[in-house]
Amino acid sequence: MIGFVVRRLMAAAPTLIAVLTLVFVIVRIVPGDPALVILGDQATPEAIAALRARLGLDRPLHEQYFEFLFASLTGDFGTSLVTGRPIVSEVAAVLPHTLDLTGAAMVIGTVVGVPVGIWAALHRNRAIDVAARILSLLGLSFPVFVSGIFLLLLFALHWKIFPVIGNANLADPVDRLHKLVLPAITLGLVMAAYITRVTRSAMLHVLSEDFIRTARAKGVPWRAVVWKHGLRNALIPVVTVVGLYVGILIGNSVLTEIVFNRPGLGKIIVGALNQRDYSMLQGLMVIYCFLIVVVNLITDLTYGLIDPRVKHA
Amino acid sequence: MSTAAVVAVSPVRRAVARFLANPTTGIGIILCILVALSAILAPILSPHDPIEQDVIAQLSPPSATHPLGTDYFGRDVLSRILWGGRISLIVSLTAIAAAIVIGGAIGMVSGYIGGRFDNFVMRVMDVLLSFPSLILGLIVVALLGPDLVNLVVAIGLTAIAPFARIARAPVLALKERAFVEAGRALGYSHARILFVHILPNILSEVLVMGSLWMATAVRTEASLSFIGLGVKPPTPTWGGMMRDGFENILDAPWLPIFPGVAILLLVLALNMVGDGLRDATDPKLRAE
Repeated sequence: MIGFVVRRLMAAAPTLIAVLTLVFVIVRIVPGDPALVILGDQATPEAIAALRARLGLDRPLHEQYFEFLFASLTGDFGTSLVTGRPIVSEVAAVLPHTLDLTGAAMVIGTVVGVPVGIWAALHRNRAIDVAARILSLLGLSFPVFVSGIFLLLLFALHWKIFPVIGNANLADPVDRLHKLVLPAITLGLVMAAYITRVTRSAMLHVLSEDFIRTARAKGVPWRAVVWKHGLRNALIPVVTVVGLYVGILIGNSVLTEIVFNRPGLGKIIVGALNQRDYSMLQGLMVIYCFLIVVVNLITDLTYGLIDPRVKHA
Repeated sequence: MSTAAVVAVSPVRRAVARFLANPTTGIGIILCILVALSAILAPILSPHDPIEQDVIAQLSPPSATHPLGTDYFGRDVLSRILWGGRISLIVSLTAIAAAIVIGGAIGMVSGYIGGRFDNFVMRVMDVLLSFPSLILGLIVVALLGPDLVNLVVAIGLTAIAPFARIARAPVLALKERAFVEAGRALGYSHARILFVHILPNILSEVLVMGSLWMATAVRTEASLSFIGLGVKPPTPTWGGMMRDGFENILDAPWLPIFPGVAILLLVLALNMVGDGLRDATDPKLRAE
């Protein structure tokens, strides 16, 4: 198991370096001098030169590149140009809010999506299946900022059940949960729609396999066929898709945080865009890349839990 | 359907018949045509100038003169929605067309050449794919500056890798087929084999993906505009209107509803058409 994790991490290293290279290139395709862009037209040449030196922009490109790679891989993501604080601590301060939101959304998505998907597959082309398909298509078509604002209009402004502002006190569990409900539902519904579709099609595929017919023929109860033989085999594609979905989840969480005015990575990234904090943007992209590499690893490890044929030895 | 009929009808005809027999697809096509028409005919259909301000009619609720009300600057919401559809359609159509051409060419050439080159190219595509697409779009637009062309670049960039993958997979199998070998024996150039003989075989798959990605592109454009990285005001965009409406949500709660419904309708319609196309062309589903 540990050997597998180490080998998978080694295999992820080239991808990670490639992603970091992409980040480096993206940040440097900005037309014009970043120092000039940050300081504005009124800046004195001395101030621009000083900032260029501070950002390391006065050194050769390959030096900048290798220093960036080394720093990123050793966990140094730089300091914010605006606040001067390390990016790691800026992110750590708001990370619990983002993790609350994405974690809750994943739970909602799984708890709703998997049973509905199975149910729809078992009642193929009946009313329940058609309803599940229409609703999941609708859920997938809602941009999160639209569904978020609609939910806000209904539950916070019209019925006043939930608060409009989502800056929760992390030490107070009730307050934390109360302010999490609407954003988590917003983010979770899209995920539920997605998981419903994948579970349904994976279940339909598995249930048409020969071993299902064999199991039924030798008298295994239908319930056991569905849950043990069917679901277990259908879960692999579901986990793969959930793992791939993390990229979309990250994007959607940014929009949800804006709509519900929640602190989190999304607000930091938008703040950095508005204040032209390039160091912050670069650091955030690096952190997102690490996050995705870790999620891919977890996805791979989950296969072994679901399917004993997948060996990690 | 009798066996004789199956033999007589071409696979394309059958796919078209299956496609049209699906009621969701029909509704999707009608909705898409309606949105496209309303965007094209915006100059004729709009009751008002979309950027003309009327300070007296600020934030007025829906009425006879302004069927969907007015925004903070007294601009007519209906006219802005009609004109805003143009931006959504132009940006997503161009971005996806570019992604199909560039991504498709990368995938086809990579799969055709094969070997280490193919390995390397697909690794690069995996890297692009592993990036959260909204974040990538966000940063590209933020760095290049928000305008129509940069939006197309940003959204197109996020869609290149998926199209490269979808175009590459069938090429790997097709290049081993007898007709490719025959082409080589006849002395055809690689370019001719690839783009005249192999391309028609993968086109349907790529176009089906294209319609599903159109939906994603519309959503991404609206999301970027909502964040404030869309085409600059006062040009109306649906995402930008959501943003304006959201800022005035306490004074005029109806304001974000209409552009939100417009975005939802277009994305839903494109998804319906894409789903229908995929089901109609998927060989696994033909037995049904």
